[in-house]
Amino acid sequence: MTQGFDDKGNSIPLTVIKAGPCTVIQKKAKDKDGYEALQLGLVEEKAVKKPKKAAQGHFKKSESPVTKVLREFHYGGQGEVKEGDQFFVDIFKAGEKVHVTGTSKGKGFAGVVKRHHFRGGGASHGSMFHRAPGSIGASSYPSRVVRGLRMGGHMGYDRVTVRNLTVFETDKENNLLVVKGAIPGPNGGYVLIHKA
Amino acid sequence: MSLIQLVEDKHMKKDVEPFGVGDTVKVHVIIKEGDKERIQVYQGDVIAKRGTGLSTTFTVRKISFGIGVERIFPVHSKAIKKVEVLRKGKVRRSKLYYLRRLKGKAARLREEK
Repeated sequence: MTQGFDDKGNSIPLTVIKAGPCTVIQKKAKDKDGYEALQLGLVEEKAVKKPKKAAQGHFKKSESPVTKVLREFHYGGQGEVKEGDQFFVDIFKAGEKVHVTGTSKGKGFAGVVKRHHFRGGGASHGSMFHRAPGSIGASSYPSRVVRGLRMGGHMGYDRVTVRNLTVFETDKENNLLVVKGAIPGPNGGYVLIHKA
Repeated sequence: MSLIQLVEDKHMKKDVEPFGVGDTVKVHVIIKEGDKERIQVYQGDVIAKRGTGLSTTFTVRKISFGIGVERIFPVHSKAIKKVEVLRKGKVRRSKLYYLRRLKGKAARLREEK
């Protein structure tokens, strides 16, 4: 993340995303696949070293190099799109809203205080109750643990969508999309960007 | 070059007059009221500078009607028109927070010659 300034000179938090170019690898059709979608491959600076034979065959039809990341998107946009066409960052404009989906940072096995924002107990003065979850069910009734009770467990590494982020600016030359606010995942992670 | 650096370079001011901690400065702040724009000047001593690149900020302290006032400015903000250095100060620390508990004659800064 970095920061920028609005017209009034206030600093605002920004995230820089490398958005594309993305090649249309395959078009899913209603009569053939049962639904309409575009399969996009993210073209990266580093090419895939030794693509598998199966991948080579899949990418042959669009006559494009093999990419590491392939994702399908619903396409309701105007204009005919052919296999082999490319999308660049210029489909987004400053001021528009976008949804960004990514995989959040993994936190490992986390306790209830971190995972569910339980309050926990006092640290000192002989409190004897620190970060434990407390009672999870009474003995005679219901004499079981209710399903879905919030407990410790694996946290993070989830698919997370941050909705309605404002596009601050785009850089066509380097295919950079700059959005206001934070997006899920670590630095260098892969994300999906949808128009809101 | 990292992608973040590319974006930051675009927003950085290239013509910032160099100033340091201990200097007495005049900060020209652009204030927007509706469509009208005016410039307010804030004068005081720079007591701290922090951050790097685009996120650099500096703190200016002055005594206003007997009360100490501190304002923090981002160096590269569009609201800062310019920073004028009136006097170079000779100081031996990077943060002059000790000035907060001094007043009057004791709170003066030596001039660099």
